[in-house]
Formats: sequence, C-alpha cells, structure tokens
Amino acid sequence: MTRSATNDPLRATTGPVALLIGTRKGAFVLRGDRTRRTWKMSAPMFLGHIVHHVVLDPRDRRTILMAASTGHLGPTIFRSTDLGKTWKEAKTPPAFSKAPEGQNGRVVNHVFWLTPGHPSEPGLWYAGTSPQGLFRSSDGGVTWEPFSYINEDPQYREWMGTVQDGTPDGPKLHSILIDPRDPAHLYFAMSGGGVHESVDGGRTWTTIVQGLEVVEGFDAATITCHDPHCVQLCPSNPDRLYQQNHCGIYRMDRSEGRWIRIGRNMPKKVGDIGFPMVLHPRDADTAWVFPMDGSTVWPRVSPGGKPAAYVTRNGGKTWTRQDKGFPRANAWWTVKRQAMTADAHEQVGLYLGTTSGEVWASRTGGTSWTCLARHLPEIYSVEAAEF
Amino acid sequence: MIVHIPSALRSYTNQKSEVAAEGGTVAEVVSALDRSYPGLRFRIITEQDTIRPHIRIFVNEEQARDLSVALRPDDQIHIICALSGG
Repeated sequence: MTRSATNDPLRATTGPVALLIGTRKGAFVLRGDRTRRTWKMSAPMFLGHIVHHVVLDPRDRRTILMAASTGHLGPTIFRSTDLGKTWKEAKTPPAFSKAPEGQNGRVVNHVFWLTPGHPSEPGLWYAGTSPQGLFRSSDGGVTWEPFSYINEDPQYREWMGTVQDGTPDGPKLHSILIDPRDPAHLYFAMSGGGVHESVDGGRTWTTIVQGLEVVEGFDAATITCHDPHCVQLCPSNPDRLYQQNHCGIYRMDRSEGRWIRIGRNMPKKVGDIGFPMVLHPRDADTAWVFPMDGSTVWPRVSPGGKPAAYVTRNGGKTWTRQDKGFPRANAWWTVKRQAMTADAHEQVGLYLGTTSGEVWASRTGGTSWTCLARHLPEIYSVEAAEF
Repeated sequence: MIVHIPSALRSYTNQKSEVAAEGGTVAEVVSALDRSYPGLRFRIITEQDTIRPHIRIFVNEEQARDLSVALRPDDQIHIICALSGG
C-alpha cells in the first residue's frame, strides 16, 4: 500500500513519511521527518466519525480521500485537495442503485476501501463497501457510480450474501488492485466471496480461488465460502500475488494459476491466520504478516498475548519472527487488514496500528519496533504517504 | 415550516439548529433541505428512500415511519439522532 513519491515506483524513496490513520473515532496524521525518527501527531480530524480508510493520491500527492460514517449518519467520503488542511464532502457518495418498486434494494452501510486508479488515469478512484459493492469515481472522488455489473449481477449477489453473512460488522469488498502495467487489469476481493480478476477494465470478471482452503465442513467450490482478508500485488512483479486469508497465507504466481498455502511454513503454535499482508516495494520474495489467534471462537488477538510480525524473504518458504520492541506478554491486541503498511525507503519502514489504539513503526524492515503513539481510538487503517 | 436539526447535521446548516423548508410530504421537505444544504439528505435517508436505522423524523409529536407522510404548513419537524450506543 506504499505510495511512492518518485516517478519510478521501484526506486527507493528518501523523503519524509506521513501516516494517515483511520480510527473508530476519527482520523489522525502522524508526520515524520526524513529520518523517520521524529514524529508529530495531528489533532483529530472528523472526531467521532468512523473512518475506515484514508488514502493519499500518489498521482498528485495533494488529494486525500477519507471513507467515513457515524453511528447515526449514512456513509460518505470526504475529500481534501490541500493535504488535509480543508475538506469537502463528495457530492454523490457510493450508493447502490435504487431497487424497482416492490423489491428490496441494498444500502451501503460504510465505505471500507479506497484505491487510487492507475497512474495513466488521473482522477480515477475505486471504492469497496459493506455490504459488498464496487464503485468508481472519475472526478477525484466528487461523484461516485456503481462500477461494472457485479453489484446487481445475480451470480455475484449470491456470492456476496446478505449483511448478516461473513464478517461480524458486515461483509466487505476490499483489496482493489490495479496492475501497474495495464489499467484494465484489475483485481478485487470479498470477505464473503473470493478473489476476482478482470483483464478488460471490469467488463468481465473471472474468479481465482484455486488452491484456497475454506472453513472445515464447507465446500471450496462454493465461492461465497472464500474469505480473503487482504490481497496484495507485488509492485516489482505484478504477476505475483500474496494473500492473507481467513484460512491461511497464500502466494500465487500467475503462471502457476493457483494459490499455494505458504502459511504452512509458519510455526504451528502461531498459525497462519491474520488480517494484513504487506509486501516489499522492490523485492517480490519479501512479505510481512501479523498473525492473530484464529482458534476456537476466533479471539482475534495476538497469539498468546505476544504480538509479532513475521517476515519471509524467500516467497514463503521460511518465516522469521520479528517481535523485538513489542510487549513480551499480556498484549491482547491485533492489527486489522488496512492497518499495516510499508514505505519505500531503501531500508523499508513498516508501520502498524493496533486495535488498542497504538501506532508502531520499524525503520529496519521489522527487525525492531518502536511505539510512536498510544491512546488513539481503535485503529482501522494506516497508510504511509511519502512526499 | 420549521425543521429542527440535530447537532450531528449542523455542519450542513451553518450550525443552525432550526431551518425553514417547504413541502407537502416528508420526502419533499427532505429534498428541499438537500437543495439548501447539499449532502444532508443522504446522511439521513438511504439510496432506497428509507429513513436510516438510527435516525428518527417526528412531525409534531408523531414519528414518521416513511417519507410519504403528508404535512401541513404549520407542522414542525424534528430530525433526531436515535440512541445508537458506542
């Protein structure tokens, strides 16, 4: 999810990093300097709003979009074109089509995911919602329309289920990915409904779930049983995908055409369940996960109360624990799927926000961690914006 | 007629707690509000033209369950943020 500040997305960056933080009670910006040693927290923005995602447009490095709602009010998107100094609301936020008279139509509960479009398509943005829907804006987030046919397609509607299916606070469409070589080559994932690919700009979609496991007792041939938590595409090799799934960690090399459960190589006592999946900006063999307890009733906390990231540097053949700096015990938090990210510095910086409202960082690719902030509301998303 | 605006929506009404809007039904008044204060309608009414789950609209002292409720010129409308916890 790194947004490179250079014209060459594979060149290491050197500038300051700002963390755009979405929380259950508002948004925050944690501004770092060039060394990434000194950080300053902003005042809360939209205090009291439920903010699922805050994303900088890497094409102009001035526009920020924020997916927000409140306990009472409907979902919306706020836009800033001056790096967060001032904000305006989208004129027409993502909304499902009005159902014909006598039929029950769907209602967007919240906008969950934001993805800027391809560098060749300035102003284009994609959004994923809960209940699961796919939307697009062609004017920098001012107006939004349902994108592609999937929101109303009977087959996709069956896979999407209802608001009562899937994730506890509603199934989510997320991980909207764009091939950096081709703006018409798109992916998205659904927490109830698998991973999907289009090579024609969304006119048609193909489901890619081969090799993925589902919860015991369910049929992997039933698409709605597939629960990807976070899918990422390697910037340095767009033909390689990684995925943190409800049922393990996977890698797919498109030439092989199926997902390989590389989480089998994680320590058994930790397992391979979690939410985020973070990729190295220049090395397709290096990826990070942040495991959580997915046993019994799914506590969704760090296994044993001992938080740690795990890194692979060989495409998932082996994993190394990275817990230096984290609490050694009694830390019952975890990291949600949008709340862990990387910058693109030569020595890659990693950043994560916890369900307990802490922000942690590593300037050394995860070998040691420092707490940058405490006492924020529950953190839903962290994006590294580079300038 | 007078429409009472809850604090959560006053960012749309320049912090006014009461505004004037005209219409023969709740739907028409809400649309009039949205013309004067763009964006307000979608925060309280869904894309399926239903009142959002944690919003209540009262006409005088009667709760309007949907947007078709007819109004008289001297009615008072209260938009209320219902208790929603958390």
